[in-house]
Amino acid sequence: MSETPKIRLRGLSKSFGEKVVLEGVDLDVRARHSMVLLGGSGSGKSVLVKCILGLIPPDSGTVEIDGQDVRRLSGRDRAALLDRIGMLFQNGALFDSLPVWENVCFKLLAQKRITRRGARDAAAEALAQVGLAASVGELSPAELSGGMQKRVALARAIAARPDIIFFDEPTTGLDPIMGAVIDGLIVDCVERLGATAFSITHDMASARRIGDDAAMIHKGRIVWSGSAETLGRTGNAMADQFANGEREGPIQMELRR
Amino acid sequence: MSAPLNLLALLGRTTLAALSGVGALVLFAGHAMLLLLRPPYGPRLFLRHFAEIAYFSLPVVALTALFTGMVLALQTYTGFARFNAESAVASVVVLSVTRELGPVITGLIVAGRIGAAMAAEIGTMRVTDQIDALRTLSTDPMKYLVAPRLLAGLLALPLLVVVANLLGVFGGYLVGTMKLGFAGEAYLRNSWDVLEAIDVISGLAKASVFGFLITLMGCWYGYNSQGGAQGVGQATTKAVVAASILILASDYVLTEAFFAQ
Repeated sequence: MSETPKIRLRGLSKSFGEKVVLEGVDLDVRARHSMVLLGGSGSGKSVLVKCILGLIPPDSGTVEIDGQDVRRLSGRDRAALLDRIGMLFQNGALFDSLPVWENVCFKLLAQKRITRRGARDAAAEALAQVGLAASVGELSPAELSGGMQKRVALARAIAARPDIIFFDEPTTGLDPIMGAVIDGLIVDCVERLGATAFSITHDMASARRIGDDAAMIHKGRIVWSGSAETLGRTGNAMADQFANGEREGPIQMELRR
Repeated sequence: MSAPLNLLALLGRTTLAALSGVGALVLFAGHAMLLLLRPPYGPRLFLRHFAEIAYFSLPVVALTALFTGMVLALQTYTGFARFNAESAVASVVVLSVTRELGPVITGLIVAGRIGAAMAAEIGTMRVTDQIDALRTLSTDPMKYLVAPRLLAGLLALPLLVVVANLLGVFGGYLVGTMKLGFAGEAYLRNSWDVLEAIDVISGLAKASVFGFLITLMGCWYGYNSQGGAQGVGQATTKAVVAASILILASDYVLTEAFFAQ
């Protein structure tokens, strides 16, 4: 790969006390491509994303975005970098105290790129991109269904036109049809923005729909990476067991009897 | 290791943990206060929290202060009557209310009402990733969540205490004139004559300190809550208990500072 990866992780490690969550993670994410990180519950997926975003400091290793080591950036440069990143959290993480339109335009308002009067129009535009009516903007997040909350969270993630978007289990808790709708919206939004997408999921249907590339993390290590098209027939025993949902294989669930 | 050494090690660990906790809390408060000085300023957020503390706490503070003043007048009369000192009722009520009961009772009520609400709201934001979401949305959570609340607490409590003082004295006046047989004018003149500026000023200064401590505890425990609903519940309880203890402890320290001879 000659082009500089959009995101390059090298030797990323993180422990919480005795518990090792990430152990020397190496991973490249190609610019304007969609990477899907697969892994079971507790495999370190969410911690990895939080380390990339700087929400959790890694113990060692490097996180490079556009060739810049994020941990060496000054506070201002790191803030400027975060300005270019969008994130869709697993449960939406919408702000309960604000109406939907203010949630959607929160970043634009925080950066003073827009007035409060203009924010309603901008929110309506972003909501339309995820298939929601402008009137939804006047509701509070508590009044929305799970699927609508995900769509609003997606609208918030794309409203500031980021060039990297992270998706944390975007279809978790949704029915299969709504999951497919959200995946379709993610693909459309990422393509429209020309952004790089990094998703973490254990929903294989979703992974196949939204991913160009895929990687598998197990016990804090990347055990396989390759094309998302090959999921289920990668030749890697762990990745194939996970993708095919097989009980027998190298990955053993730790069950107490 | 022998039992005495084990005990010593435990004592050492506990002391270090306590000191570390206090240090982290001081840094937390200092960081938030510094952020207040740094633009952009958020008047909208400040006003929202100020209204929540000052305006929406008004009914419960007013009622409590009124009844406290009434009970105080009644009890003082009952006690002082044994020494033929009934005429001191107005003085005792006005001094007790302005110096101590106004700020302390207001503080304890606001700790239960606002401290708990702040810990629960920020704690819920923590466990539902909303605080992480703020960071990804180019917003410093300390500046957005903590700083305006601390400033609102600092400024709103004195206002509430002014109301509590007025209603506390009024409660005493009601009981004094309607039940205990004092002449209204004499009661008020007695109250006014005994009152000095320092009595009111010390009460308002205490209120500011209490407001800061209440909001600080709410923000601190909410911000550092862990786990799910149980963690938020624990944060809420700790915020109220810690704020209540700090109110009573700092009340003693401030009373010493203002009135010790």
